[in-house]
Amino acid sequence: MKKLINKPEDVVKEELEGLALAYPELIKVHFDPNFIYRADAPVQGKVAVISGGGSGHEPMHGGFVGMGMLDAACPGQVFTSPTPDQMLEAAKTVHGGAGVLYIVKNYSGDIMNFEMAADMARAEGIRVLSVIIDDDVAVKDSLYTQGRRGVGTTVLAEKIVGAAAEKGYDLKRLAALCTKVNLNGRSMGMALTPCTVPMAGKPTFQLAEDEMEIGIGIHGEPGRERMKLKTADEITEMLALSIIEDPAYHRTHRVFDEDKGEWVDVELESTPFKPGDAVLAFVNSMGGTPLIELPIVYRKLHEICNKKGLKIVRNLIGPYITSLEMQGCSITLLRMDEEMIELWDAPVRTPGLRWKA
Amino acid sequence: MPITTEKVKEFLQRAAEVLKENKEYLTELDSAIGDADHGINMDRGFQAIMAKFPTFEGKDAGTILKSAGMALVSTVGGAGGPLYGTAFMQAGIALQGKYEFTLEDLVKALEAALKGIMNIGKSKPGEKTMIDAISPAIEAMRKALANGSDPVRALEEATQAAEEGMKATIPMIAQKGRASYLGERSIGHQDPGATSSYLLFRTMLEVAKEQQG
Repeated sequence: MKKLINKPEDVVKEELEGLALAYPELIKVHFDPNFIYRADAPVQGKVAVISGGGSGHEPMHGGFVGMGMLDAACPGQVFTSPTPDQMLEAAKTVHGGAGVLYIVKNYSGDIMNFEMAADMARAEGIRVLSVIIDDDVAVKDSLYTQGRRGVGTTVLAEKIVGAAAEKGYDLKRLAALCTKVNLNGRSMGMALTPCTVPMAGKPTFQLAEDEMEIGIGIHGEPGRERMKLKTADEITEMLALSIIEDPAYHRTHRVFDEDKGEWVDVELESTPFKPGDAVLAFVNSMGGTPLIELPIVYRKLHEICNKKGLKIVRNLIGPYITSLEMQGCSITLLRMDEEMIELWDAPVRTPGLRWKA
Repeated sequence: MPITTEKVKEFLQRAAEVLKENKEYLTELDSAIGDADHGINMDRGFQAIMAKFPTFEGKDAGTILKSAGMALVSTVGGAGGPLYGTAFMQAGIALQGKYEFTLEDLVKALEAALKGIMNIGKSKPGEKTMIDAISPAIEAMRKALANGSDPVRALEEATQAAEEGMKATIPMIAQKGRASYLGERSIGHQDPGATSSYLLFRTMLEVAKEQQG
């Protein structure tokens, strides 16, 4: 293992210390339990948007804390879900009296920890709703697996929902918007190389020099297929077509019903893309892929979208949801409507994403 | 002979040692079908319980187990934290206020723990999880209890059933957690959660035997 670190067990702590020193005008960092929060929190009367997950996906989530995006982010150990006490303390610190929305990626650990945290926060009198992001089309089946993983759409949801919270959406409307973003987003990733969790010291999986994995998750979870390396155009076509031709997807989410005062199962459906759809095209680096390669992917993606009748109305290109030093990329297409476009364009000021502010 | 609070503390202490000894092993099992952190996370969690040890002085078994569960929830992370944390907290609630308890109490506490795991994990037997070790172990204890066995005998049966349940996860297809993404590729690997659960039953047995000896 060759990494720019001191001790493996200090990686997350020292990263947070560095972030606090680098962006004092935007964020503050709380230690034990660990969370990053807006420097001007709590913003009174605004719904607080909180996310979190294992570390190793930077800039997500901590890099998206600030005006117009997240109020707080809870980083776990590398690739390990954070714990409920982090999420609870973050909620208590940043909530401005209008409730808290947890944005949770669909991994068993994240779901369980955020559910416990939501119950604990409610017990302390804080209104909390959670929305699950599950957009990875590499996972076809929701019946015999944990269901689709939360990947690229998470970044877009945090931007759009964060802007809506800034605009004054109430908690229920904000949760509905976040669900809408999730149901309209689809992603798929691929890896050219594995990555190494600092505490483990060894790569999480093996790929031969001439091999790649299509449909990889952001923690190196296996994808649809391991195959011989192909060109950027061929890879882009495989990812894009998997997304564009993905059929309707059904799943059950456990959500909190405020009227009943309990968790209930709801059925949700994502409908396929169709010609004429306006989309945001997001080309993401897994961390190790240099930025020179991403426009090559975007160029082909643009051509495929044109051919399929999808109109790219916005884009995002860069490393935003990474997997340590893994080489590879992911593509996310998010079907956009007027409301989402307006919120996407709204000002944002965070360490990882910033415009108009 | 009743089970004492001292034995609960011994169990936690031994479990911390056992999980430290098996840290690499559990992590290796996890790297085959998960994300290679189970041993690291369990070790961190039980070290956190050890750090709380001075506060256990004079407390009842239920309070100690609840406090251990909270330590696990707030330090383990991943899926293991809420699952084991909930298990210990539920067992603690079942043993609330007790400084001594019977085998029947222990079975009830373990049943409460399993129910907590199944609820928060939305899981059931046969999905290649820790439940596949714990559920048959409790079943074996229930039978031993009905047959009038003593705690050591009952825990021998439970440990054997947990070991068989753990091994039975090898040919299973994972349906929960990160391993589920492997589908058929998860066949042939022993579940790390079932393995740590087996280790905890084995530790319970070892501590119970010392009581007898």
